[in-house]
Parts: sequence; structure tokens; C-alpha cells
Amino acid sequence: MAENATQPVLLTMRDIRIEGRSDEAWTEIVKGVDLTLHRGEVLGLIGESGAGKSTLGLAAMGFTRDGCRISGGDIHFDGIDLRKASAEKRRRLMGKRIAYVAQSAAASFNPAHRLIDQYAEVPVQHGVMARAEAERDAIELYGRLRLPNPGDIGFRYPHQVSGGQLQRAMTATAMSCRPDLIIFDEPTTALDVTTQIEVLAAIRDIVTQFNTAAIYISHDLAVVAQMADRIKVLLRGREVEEAETRQMLAAPKESYTKSLWAVRSLARPAQPTPDKAVPVISMQGVTASYGAADVLKQVSFDVHKRRTVAVVGESGSGKSTAARVITGLLPPREGQVLFDGQPLPRDYRKRSRDQARQVQMIYQMADTALNPKLRLRELIGRPAEMYLGLKGRALEDRVKNLLDLIELDPATFIDRLPSELSGGQKQRVGIARALAAEPRFIICDEVTSALDQLVAEGILKLLDRLQQEFDLAYMFITHDLATVRAIADEVVVMQNGNVVEAGNRDRIFVPPHAPYTELLLSSVPEMDPDWLTRLLAEHKAKSEGASGA
Amino acid sequence: MSVLPRFLFIALTVAAALAAGWVFRRIAVAVTRGELRKALRTAPVTACFGILVIALYVAVAMAAPLIAPYGENEVVGDQFMPWAAPHLLGTDNLGRDMLTRLIYGARNSVGIAFLTTLLAFLAGSFLGLLAATVGGWLDQVLSRMVDILMAIPALIFSLLFLTIFGTSVTTLIIVIAVIDTTRVFRLARSVAQTIVVMDFIEAARLRGEGLARLIFREILPNAMAPLAAEFGLRFCFVFLAISALSFLGLGIQPPTADWGSMVRENAELITFGDITPLLPAGAIALLTVAVNFVVDWMLHRASGLKE
Repeated sequence: MAENATQPVLLTMRDIRIEGRSDEAWTEIVKGVDLTLHRGEVLGLIGESGAGKSTLGLAAMGFTRDGCRISGGDIHFDGIDLRKASAEKRRRLMGKRIAYVAQSAAASFNPAHRLIDQYAEVPVQHGVMARAEAERDAIELYGRLRLPNPGDIGFRYPHQVSGGQLQRAMTATAMSCRPDLIIFDEPTTALDVTTQIEVLAAIRDIVTQFNTAAIYISHDLAVVAQMADRIKVLLRGREVEEAETRQMLAAPKESYTKSLWAVRSLARPAQPTPDKAVPVISMQGVTASYGAADVLKQVSFDVHKRRTVAVVGESGSGKSTAARVITGLLPPREGQVLFDGQPLPRDYRKRSRDQARQVQMIYQMADTALNPKLRLRELIGRPAEMYLGLKGRALEDRVKNLLDLIELDPATFIDRLPSELSGGQKQRVGIARALAAEPRFIICDEVTSALDQLVAEGILKLLDRLQQEFDLAYMFITHDLATVRAIADEVVVMQNGNVVEAGNRDRIFVPPHAPYTELLLSSVPEMDPDWLTRLLAEHKAKSEGASGA
Repeated sequence: MSVLPRFLFIALTVAAALAAGWVFRRIAVAVTRGELRKALRTAPVTACFGILVIALYVAVAMAAPLIAPYGENEVVGDQFMPWAAPHLLGTDNLGRDMLTRLIYGARNSVGIAFLTTLLAFLAGSFLGLLAATVGGWLDQVLSRMVDILMAIPALIFSLLFLTIFGTSVTTLIIVIAVIDTTRVFRLARSVAQTIVVMDFIEAARLRGEGLARLIFREILPNAMAPLAAEFGLRFCFVFLAISALSFLGLGIQPPTADWGSMVRENAELITFGDITPLLPAGAIALLTVAVNFVVDWMLHRASGLKE
């Protein structure tokens, strides 16, 4: 890694300023950032949403999104001044010498064309290769990125391959002209932990093989630690600090960087184990299906008062389906759900108003979970009005009281629309809406996964406090094991609709694990730059051992 | 006229229209406040011109008896008199004052078109939202009925029903409203379908909200922008449909002044190089263009596009 610094400089950005247009005025998004990148070097850009990391990454190509403009600074790429270069000259660089890999490969590939057509497009367009040559090359690169059946995977359409494979195919496409610089914008954020490892390993290998320089943008420090030689931390458009990865991890200088590190250490004391009391919610042998395929198979678990049960698993494991069965959106084919020992009607339409009140839900995307046209007064007040019959003065007082509980100032916020709130504030409103019904059980469906770490931590603390205050029982659906470690009393691990392992948090996190739990736990990136290398070596040893036996 | 002056004339007209829009915007921003003012300030000049024209039409329609120099059906002179005082735009085929007929035509044509569009919208939006929200067999029944109605060409459908039920204004309004309801239904349903799958609707359903609350409080406010834009567009189509029917003699019946039938009644003047029969046609065209300018702007705002 260290030898990269001795390679020639590829990209320099000096005092970059980028402005974005909002409400008829230009506001600065990136406020004077310097960046230097050597050939073959990987620079990690870290920051919360709104820090300007994607904007800066795109600016490295001399490009800005619509509604943005570069207002100051110099961008030199291999001796070419990108700000002064003509559009035609820049066009010849894009794709050929500078490539971009976006967060969502599914959204970046054109669904109407096969992968290999989209691979060949750039080299053929730039006259680097002929079509047949590009196809041969694609197959070779697909192999290097360890895609299954590299010979024919390119002849499939984007919807015919999995998310992890698509992200690797995207990386291959970006590599097609062997660019000098690739910009990775959160390439693994939308993937499951186990899939993420394959993609990370593939990206790291190929970048090293071709001595490609890269800018790796992510909000996940542990991931960046695996990929980058150097890390730059951004906050609200300014650089906080920059250092070699190991040095940054070992001794961050700035307090903001330290706070980013600290989030991972949130943990709450274990709650007393429940006595023989009747559980608030009890799933008993639930089997449910969409159409013919069973997505839940004989699932049973209990949630007790004042306890948090984390349901963990990858996408498709059935964890959200379990929530749909409890809320009555998906009537189970077999089994039942008990509330306080009494069976709940299978269909939500058959439940009494009181039964509906007791089970509330907080959604992953607060953006779509709150009606954008209603003000907080009505959003939060409606459940209280419906279930508790509050009106006029009493209702307003209750809404203000709830806003106080979620730490938003009632006077400022009561008449705001959701669009006038930040991501974390919206999620708090989602919590207040659930609380307004005065429930005993709340389902939290990935409530923190769309939020920045520091904001997510605030939400988790709030949920914890509310649980103590109102004796709530939580079912916490998540794929993030760090969150589980922080807040769960009990853990239910799910895979393909089955409960693989269940028990107290301390028991689940201490070996021996069930094989799938082991895989999940080992796949969570750690803040150790050697973690990925070690893990891959372990996997290799294991598979060699298996084939040797 | 040779080509150049004609071109100059067109350029001048466009420039004058844009200037009028610009002046109107300055005045409008000065007299309004709050959200409306903010919206107006960012409105393009074309939209302002559109608003100005619509406002003029509405004013003329409302104040018709006050500003029209003669009575609506009053015969004031010979037929087809040329443009000269006191009949500034001449007279029509029966010797009625053309300007007066144009002014009353604004009231009849625009009023009836507005009423028809409104009716089509109330019915179409409600049924569309209902179909999307309830889904299942109700959606199937309503959608298939709409499909059947849409399979019949609109003009043939309206000619058929107007012949059966007679050509009164009420029948006209109902028949055209029914035809346009199907189009509005389609739009409202598809807009609502994208809203119905969102989490906040699921949350409202789980909360046990009734159908009315779901439709009017949770879905409608979010579907309002595309529906309002469609209202403007639909209004133009209704307007043109009524004019077309009047031109064919099945729309608004004489002696009521109506732009569509005025074109037909005076059509023979064209052969003498007189442009008088094109005046009502021009009035229709101007209103259509104005409404479309405003609709474009609203669609732009609704889609949340920033330049």
C-alpha cells in the first residue's frame, strides 16, 4: 500500500467549491476541499449524508448533478485541466479513463439490454476495441471478478442476476476500458452483509491487478477501512481530516472522527429475564406464503413486556413477512399469533379497534411512511383522536406532549410538513405516531438502516428510553448486527423462512453458533484493515479443507 | 403582404404577448402574498400570459351583458356588414352584431365547457380513487366499464346519444361529461395506484381508517397536482369537443351565441376573403393555448423538476 505514494500523481483537486441551487439561491455544498490521488491508490471518502462526498466524487470527473455547479477550484487529471477542457474532450475521458460505479447497479443498468451489450458499449464507442474483442474481454473480466459462469452470465438481462452479481458486473463494465480512475459511490450499501464481502473482495482484487486509482465513497467506516489506503473524512462540505488508513483507525485526531468511531460501542445493560408471565406477543408455529411458496415455515417466538427481540436475517429470510403476519396484513396459512394469551384475528380487517391499537409499527423509510401532505399535528394526532377519542384542546396537548417525548420542540414543529424535516426527525415522528396509540407492542422494521450512524444512535437511545418509560415490547427487524448487539435482549436468526437460532443476546453472540449465525457474524465488517484479508484466507482454508476431505 | 412583414407581425404579436405576461406577473407579485406570491414569482412568462388571458375570458364571460353593445339575439342591421362603427366586427349571417355574439359566446361556450369538465372531474376522480383504493372486483367492474366506453370513438358516441336524447344543453353536458369521466378515471386510478402501495397508506389501513378518510385525506392530497394539471388539459378537449359538435349542428343550439356554431354559420364569408368567421375560432385557439401554458407550468411544478 505504501508504495502507491511513490507513483506519479493522477488527480489533484484544489480548493474545490460546489454550489447547489435550492429555493432560487445558490448554497455552497462543498466548501473548499483539496484532494490528491496517486496512480493505483484508493482514497476512502467518509461522511454523513449531506457531507458532500458524492458531489465531490462526481466533481473528480469534472461533472456535477443537475442543479449543481462547480464555482471554484482546479481539477487536474493527468495533466488535463478538467474545468477548462471542452465538453468534447471531457466526453472522451469519461468511461475510457475515468469511470463511475453507482450505488444501485439495478438502477444503473438499462433493463432492456443484456449485460454484455452494456459492457461493450463504452469500449466500442471510444474505439478501444471491436465488438467481438470487447465480448471476449468481458468474459475474462467476469471471470476475474469471480462471477459464476463468466462465459454466459453476460448474455443475461440485469433482472436475471442477483444484486451482488449485478454490482460486480457493474464494476466489470466500469473496468472495460481499463480506466486510470474509478469512482465507487457506496457500491455495497444496498447489499446484504454476506454478499457485500464477495463484492468488496472482487473490487479490491481488480483494482490492485490493474493498478487503478479509486475514490471509494461510503458512510460505513469498517468497509472503507478494508478498501482504502488513505481516508478523508468530510463534514458539511469541509474536510475534517485525512490520514493513512491504519493511522486514522488507530489514532483519529478530530473529535468528530472520534465520535464516528464511538457509535459502535453503544450497548445497553441486559434486561432482567422475564418470569413466567404471559408474553405480549407470541408467534406459534406460523406458516405463511405468498402464492405457492412458503416464506415462513413453522416460525415461533415470544416477545415479553419491556424486552426487545431482534429478528435478524438477510433479505428474503422472512423477517419482514413475520411482521406482516403479526400486523394481520398477511393472514398465516397455519399457526396463530397470540396477544396477551388471546389469539389475534388473522386478518387486520377483523381486528377490533383496541387490538389494532395495541400493535403499532415503525417503518424503515420515514419518507414513504408519513403522508407528505399532512402536518405533524394531524400525523401524530390522528391515532390519538381515533383510538383515545381525544379532541380539540386535549388532542393538541397530547400531540405537544408526544413531540416533547421525541425531543422535537412542539412550538416549532407542530405545523410542519414531513418535507420540512431531516431524516432523523422524520423517523422520530414515525415513533411518535406509533406512541400516540399507546400500544404495548411496537414493530420496528429496519428503523435505523436509512440513517447516518450518529442519527441512528439517537433513535436507538430514544427507543430505549421510551421502552423503559412505557413498558413497551419491541420486535426489532434488522440486518445490522451492530444494532442488535446494542439494543436486543433476545435474538431470533432467520434464514429462508426458518428460525435458525433463537435465544438471549449474550448466548447468540458467544460461540458456538449455528453455522448460518456464524456466517452472518463473521461477515460484519470490523474496524480492522486486515479483517477482509483474514476472512478471505479463512474461507479459502475452509474450502480447501473441505475439498481435501 | 409579403413574407417579411408577415413574419415581423407574428414576432411582434408573440413579443407583445410575452410582455403582457411579464407586466401581469409584476402586478400579480405586488398584490399577492404568501405561498401564492412565491409561486407566481417563479412562474414563467408564458404561464403568466396564460393566467392573464384566462382571467380576461372569465371577466368577459361574467360581465357579458354589461360590456356587450347589443342584445345577444338582437338583429341590428343587414347581414354580413363589414367592420365599421358602430358594428366594430361587422354583423353575422342574420344581421346580429358580431362583437356582441363573441362576448356572449365566451359566457356560453366557456361556461358550459367548465361545467362539463367539473362534472367529469368529480365523477372521474372519485371513481378512479375508489377503484385504486378498494381494488379487487370493484376495480375490475369499473375499469372494464370504462374500457368499453373508451372503445367507442368519442365523436360517434356523442353524436349517437345526442341524436337519441335530443340536443339540449343538459344532455350535451352529461354526454360529454360521461365521455371525459372515463379519461379522468384512468388518470386518477393510475396516480392513486402508485400512492396506495406506500407505507403511509398501509399504516392508515392498519390503524383502521375508513374508506372515505383513506380516499379524501390520505390519497387525494397527494394526487392533487397531476389531477389539477389534467383538469386544464381536459378543459381544452371538452371545449374543442363542444365546439366541434356545435359546428356539426348538434351542440349548443341557435339562437344561443356559441363560438363553434358561429364559425359554421358564417363560414361562407371565407370564400370572399373575409376573416370574420375565424374570430370565434381564434378565440377558441387563444384560450386553448393559454390554458395549456398554465397546465405546462403546473405539471412542471407537480413533477418537482428544478431547472
